[in-house]
Amino acid sequence: MARITHPKRALSTNPLKSSTPLGAALAYLGIESAIPLFHGSQGCTAFAMVHLVRHFKEAVPLQTTAMNEVSTILGGADQIEEAIENLRRKSAPRFIGIASTALTETRGEDVVGELKDILRRRDDFADTAVVYASTPDFEGALEDGWAKAVEAIIDALVPAASERDPELRQVNLLCGSHLTPAEIEELVRLIRAFGLSPIVLPDISCSLDGHVSDDWRGTSLGGTTIEDIARMDRSAFTLAIGESMRGAARALEDRAMVPFRVFQSVTGLKPVDAFIRTLMTLSGMRDAPPSIKRERSRLVDAALDAHFHTGGLRIAIGADPDLLYALSQTLSGMGAEIVTAVSTSQHNPVLERVPAEEVVIGDLGDFEDLARAARAQILVTHSHGRHAAHRLHLPLVRAGFPIFDRIGAQDICRVGYRGTRAFLYEIANTVQSIHHRATPEDFGAAPIPEEFDHVPHAQTC
Amino acid sequence: MTMADALKDKIQDVFDEPACGHNVNKTEQQRKKGCAKPLTPGAAAGGCAFDGAKIALQPIVDVAHLVHAPLACEGNGWDNRGAASSGSERYRTGFTTDMTEIDIVMGHGEKKLFRAIKELVAKEDPPAVFVYSTCVPALIGDDIDAVCKAATEKFGTPCIPINAPGYVGSKNLGNKLAGEAMLDHVIGTVEPAECTPYDINIVGDYNLSGELWQVKPLLDRLGIRILGSLSADARYKQVAMMHRAKVTMMVCSKALINVARKLEERWGVPFFEGSFYGISDTSDSLRHMCRIMVDQGADPELLDRCEALIAEEEAKIWLQLETMRPRVEGRKVLLYTGGHKSWSVVSALQELGMEVIGTSVRKATEEDKERVKEIMQTDAHMFDNMAPKDMYRVLKEAKADVLMSGGRSQFVALKAKMPWVDVNQEKHEPYAGYMGMVDLVRAIDRAVNNPMWAELREAAPWEGELPEAGVMPPLKGACPVTGIEGQGPAVVPMTRPAPAKEPAMAGTGFLGGSTNPTDFEDDC
Repeated sequence: MARITHPKRALSTNPLKSSTPLGAALAYLGIESAIPLFHGSQGCTAFAMVHLVRHFKEAVPLQTTAMNEVSTILGGADQIEEAIENLRRKSAPRFIGIASTALTETRGEDVVGELKDILRRRDDFADTAVVYASTPDFEGALEDGWAKAVEAIIDALVPAASERDPELRQVNLLCGSHLTPAEIEELVRLIRAFGLSPIVLPDISCSLDGHVSDDWRGTSLGGTTIEDIARMDRSAFTLAIGESMRGAARALEDRAMVPFRVFQSVTGLKPVDAFIRTLMTLSGMRDAPPSIKRERSRLVDAALDAHFHTGGLRIAIGADPDLLYALSQTLSGMGAEIVTAVSTSQHNPVLERVPAEEVVIGDLGDFEDLARAARAQILVTHSHGRHAAHRLHLPLVRAGFPIFDRIGAQDICRVGYRGTRAFLYEIANTVQSIHHRATPEDFGAAPIPEEFDHVPHAQTC
Repeated sequence: MTMADALKDKIQDVFDEPACGHNVNKTEQQRKKGCAKPLTPGAAAGGCAFDGAKIALQPIVDVAHLVHAPLACEGNGWDNRGAASSGSERYRTGFTTDMTEIDIVMGHGEKKLFRAIKELVAKEDPPAVFVYSTCVPALIGDDIDAVCKAATEKFGTPCIPINAPGYVGSKNLGNKLAGEAMLDHVIGTVEPAECTPYDINIVGDYNLSGELWQVKPLLDRLGIRILGSLSADARYKQVAMMHRAKVTMMVCSKALINVARKLEERWGVPFFEGSFYGISDTSDSLRHMCRIMVDQGADPELLDRCEALIAEEEAKIWLQLETMRPRVEGRKVLLYTGGHKSWSVVSALQELGMEVIGTSVRKATEEDKERVKEIMQTDAHMFDNMAPKDMYRVLKEAKADVLMSGGRSQFVALKAKMPWVDVNQEKHEPYAGYMGMVDLVRAIDRAVNNPMWAELREAAPWEGELPEAGVMPPLKGACPVTGIEGQGPAVVPMTRPAPAKEPAMAGTGFLGGSTNPTDFEDDC
């Protein structure tokens, strides 16, 4: 059980976390025809948007209520109403997800009440679903913002049911913020392989997977449809990926009595086995499709090949809690030692299960110092870790958000049997890429005398 | 005399090795047959003579190793061994003449070789070029001796022919032929600036992953200089100066015994066989080495210093190993290597509380076998060869906890989901001398104690029992691939009640039944 510690310092150096509203925006982008709307000043949105664009290499529709000095003091309800009206006129979104920011939360606006009022007055807004999540920047990090947004969507759009009439082949898949589009796709593939039909929430695998579309709408292109969300109450079961999705799963259970199970990780042999076992039980299948059995046996073989490189490997990881847990659990199961674990938010209880002595809620400054002190051999964190990697002369495995100095971040897949296999290869190959040329001095031996060296002579030919 | 005849004589000569115990015990007629076992088509394993020659010489780091052959010999075989260098990296560069069909049909082989040497000397300016003959040029009659002679005269860089085409025999024979080439063309061609009574040769070590350097600090402390090396971290000059050493240590193997013997015959350099694997072996080798040096005129106080060093180092290393004992104690080891290592490692493992359940005595001498018996107190655990399927069975039945062997049996262990430690030449870690023993035990620890094994041995989801599931309705609609219609919507009675709305049990539902709030694994 890991000890959770908070460094005693005022100064934060090189942030590890991305902001809470950004997490909410990302979740909203997993809804079809959506526009996330930050309730705050223009800059809040601009920074977040650039951050998202750098990671996904996509145009990201992200708007702002553009709070000014006057509206900040007098209240921003009018700004919200105006923003919704303008967005509807310009892009006709089917969904607007509002995320509050530090600015409006500090003032203490009653957005929920005001929004209710606006929507009651403006029946012309009826064909756009508007959802609000309270996501002050000063509370939590990306993962928390995402989770709050998903809970808000469920609260607003899943009908409450007082009795069960489930579609037995329909399941809900609640995806945590740590899953990439490719990972969601992989989970969907596994679920479908058992004859089940998933409703994915939020589904960034359709909107941010990096595709060229035939139109330009100024909204998200793809994602979970409003209609599908409205059908989630009839699902037989909810599969929640990541501890941060427990709240959302519970909200679904509260509203519609859909039983759920949280998978804290779907990376690594045992976690994927647990996932598959659940799918088998849900589908009533006593056996798995041949392709999936083959994938498992290939993962076993990959683990055998990789363990020579992961055994005793000293790893430093910095990531949001769910990702930190999934990756570190897998690596420690392969004989690696998590010598440094830094995370972003203390809200996630999974941190206690991280296989490290200590999890520091900190920044990349802590990450660098700790990795140096613990003599880590490889670093695992997002792209901003490149500076630490450079200074420590260590290789960096990029994981989490943002990844802006490599393309294809949306295609990284580390879940399921296949994804785990790729992840083990990735780590083992990173280890092998460390070029160390041994010298006699490494062993405490004197160098070979220079008199034996060849002295090149003048060319004769 | 033609090249082919010269080669035949040479092979006859190396087979008749008076310093080899096997050979001396043979009858005259057996001796004529040579010592190479005939290779069995369809049941042969291991490299050819060219491979052996290359293995023996390639670790000479500043030499340009030029393979006169069609692509396979170098293209498929270069950059595949971990001999470490503290100097030039030239030995890692793959140079070949890459003979083509035209070269062979038109007889352009010699010309191409000469031009290749010319380009190589111009580009690299190495202290020497080693030219390896292979099957095809030997078959079409390319005279590499003549080409090398002409090139040496023309370019002023020694070009040394290494005559060991693959078809003449085994890897072991190739080692010996390579040694002969050194004796004929290299050893004795350079004089050291000064000679000391503490100069030694090390023959038969290749500094794999830096093994020589694990031993070198001991030699440094005794004031012993590695003058000649064949060919661990060697410079060309160190081979050329071998005749001036006071003693030759033959490491682990009899492969280059012809070189050691002829150094003694021609230049009066005595030799002994020793090993740096295992603690007692390392100490014995140091003792032996120092004794001969004193016989050769070194100050007898060397013996005292040697004993003091041994006592200090052994105590230090046992202290370190003792701390690792709890990690490896009681583990059952199957050792599949052969020769010297069949016993030199056993005693150290036993002292750490490991149980050696078997050791192979392939390639081991009678003397080696006696030592195994002595150390293990029985010969019941001694075996020659073990077929992979028998080894798989032994491992699968968990009669052993770890297999220590060479790369060839690696997958036998891994596919039986059993830990494996590489102790042969392809390994990536050095295990020589005292400090190497710590590395070896650490490697065993890392292998047997990896939590992965337990995970891999667990049953797959479809192998175990599943909790009772509800009855599923037939699929609705059409199959997206075949277009076949499903049986339509069916009304299926719910076989399970909606879960009780009890927060404490929330999330555990009808699946798994775990009350653990963090139910990531089925059984945790």
